[in-house]
Amino acid sequence: MTTTNDSINDAPDAVPNPMLASEIQQSPVTFVRGYLRRLRAGDLGSLPIIVGLIIIAVIFQTQNENFLTPRNFVNLILQMAGITTIAYGVVFVLLLGEIDLSVGYVSAVAAVALTLMLRPPTVIPWYVALPLALLIAAAIGVLHGLIITVIQIPAFVVTLAGLLAWNGVVLLIIGEGGTIILQDNTILGLTNSYLPHQIGWLAGALFILYLAYNQYSRIRIRRSANLSYTPPIVAGAQVAFLGLLILIVIFIADQDRGVPLIGVILLFLLGGLSFLAERTRFGRYVYAIGGNKEAARRAGIKVEQIRIMVFMISSLMAGLGGIVLAARLRSVATNAGGGDLLLNSIAAAVIGGTSLFGGRGKVSSAVLGALVIASVQSGMGLLGLSAGSQFIVTGLVLLMAAAVDALSRRSQRRSGLA
Amino acid sequence: MADQPLLELKGVTKRFGAIEALTKIDFQVKAGEVMALVGDNGAGKSTLIKGIAGIYPFDEGQIYFDGKPVTILTPRDSAALGIEVVYQDLALADNLDVVANMFLGRERVQAPWRLNEASMEHDCIETLTSLAVTTLRSVRQPVASLSGGQRQVIAVAKAVMWNSRVVILDEPTAALGVAQTRQVLDLVRRLAQKGLAVVLISHNLHDVFEASDRIMVLRLGHKVTEFATTDTTQEEVVYAITAGTVQRVPGME
Repeated sequence: MTTTNDSINDAPDAVPNPMLASEIQQSPVTFVRGYLRRLRAGDLGSLPIIVGLIIIAVIFQTQNENFLTPRNFVNLILQMAGITTIAYGVVFVLLLGEIDLSVGYVSAVAAVALTLMLRPPTVIPWYVALPLALLIAAAIGVLHGLIITVIQIPAFVVTLAGLLAWNGVVLLIIGEGGTIILQDNTILGLTNSYLPHQIGWLAGALFILYLAYNQYSRIRIRRSANLSYTPPIVAGAQVAFLGLLILIVIFIADQDRGVPLIGVILLFLLGGLSFLAERTRFGRYVYAIGGNKEAARRAGIKVEQIRIMVFMISSLMAGLGGIVLAARLRSVATNAGGGDLLLNSIAAAVIGGTSLFGGRGKVSSAVLGALVIASVQSGMGLLGLSAGSQFIVTGLVLLMAAAVDALSRRSQRRSGLA
Repeated sequence: MADQPLLELKGVTKRFGAIEALTKIDFQVKAGEVMALVGDNGAGKSTLIKGIAGIYPFDEGQIYFDGKPVTILTPRDSAALGIEVVYQDLALADNLDVVANMFLGRERVQAPWRLNEASMEHDCIETLTSLAVTTLRSVRQPVASLSGGQRQVIAVAKAVMWNSRVVILDEPTAALGVAQTRQVLDLVRRLAQKGLAVVLISHNLHDVFEASDRIMVLRLGHKVTEFATTDTTQEEVVYAITAGTVQRVPGME
């Protein structure tokens, strides 16, 4: 590697090359300046949604002092778990520039399948039943993907048909007006267990160490490859900020029942899926297809294969989300997967900043968006407002998020950023 | 070696149903040479390069690469030979950064799945530097933020990066301003100096005369003639493009 580094530095033209770290050293000041410049140009990142969350918190707290309590905070995590899990999968579909309308009822199918397997006459142990239920969900996704790519029907239509058909399947299995009770304690524990306090703090500490190591190895690799890197002091500040946030969350949760297990699961899923989206070939291809399908095809990417896999991920995450929701409700009823579940899941991804037009967004937008939706619902519930007004406010929030996206994109285009 | 064409087509024909888009075309390009392909709309320029690129294979005729007969049936075949096509619509993904675009479809990975970003970024910078491209602020900015000329340069550099031996440029200067056109034409000459065989397709005869060594004229799927750039004039080429040679007017109307 060292020889190639030298050959760069000995490049014939003596013009300073701004792409090289050795020529322009990033200092904290230039780093912050660069961030502000991007901000002014309209590249807002997750800033709008964080501001939005703070506004939501302030409004509800001034109206009802129960909003920012440890108890409500833990409830919030439990409430957002199902939507977040489903929205994780939706993000991938949106990155492709497509849509999956079937996630609501696919989640119900997986939940029904799991509860049926866990109760008599079958009584399969949970560690067999859970993977089987997820397998069913994944298979449904592959089926959607195959129909979309082989027969070439738009995803909107195929998953709309899926929405109807899988709803029918749920109704047929449960029967009109029926409810199946979920009896397995391990599955119920998904949304009903909390980390003991010491374990919670230990997990938090490990997480912060992991973040720090991640930043450190990134800087080390980039420095040794003679590339520009985040100034260590900025990277350290980032880790410190995130770490502080984590510790505050643990502290607040411990005032109540403790850190919910499902919160940790959500975090693990976030890490794994973000890695998949941003650090692997598969993820790179998803973004590329969403950005320019023809370019991806010409680059030799097997576009259809990637699309099928994305619809598989979408259904798989929907299935997992359905199981989380069932565990929280302790049962599956005929209305499972219906109501506002589908729309909230898609809205979560969009509110969090994932573009409906493909190629732009992050897995973490699912968490931020679901947090906004759950906060609005919880806050308005505390204020005793009806479901009707909750829907209206959620709708307005969605509209605002889309407007921020559209406006920031326009100003980015004007300033030559996107 | 220098006299032998790097890429040679003999008698290639392409039909779409009853329409013959290309009729018995002979074509060759040597290493270190810029071969311009000109002709009016529907002359068959795009069909010819799509055949070479393996997007739709020729129906008849033989392709030789380095003097050896080869078959090109898919884009993968042509890429394996070292033929790269830079398309008119650029084939860049706007939302991805420069590095991601340069390596699209050929990303480097570390064990087990992780993309090797540092190594890709390093080689990306190296390639751009070797082509004297220094106008980028960062190779980590999305391609959407680049100017038309910079985007075209990235698309060309992508082809160079893969040690291609033949680079086909489809209308590289369309929709570019004067300075940007200059930048791209300079790059075209630099590619030839590096020993690549370059095929340049353009409507703009001024660009063609500036950058090419030889000019081949197509009309309605037939090869009209071939000029050495220094031995001809723009008027002569325009006449060949619009009228064709009399005895070769095709009887397919």
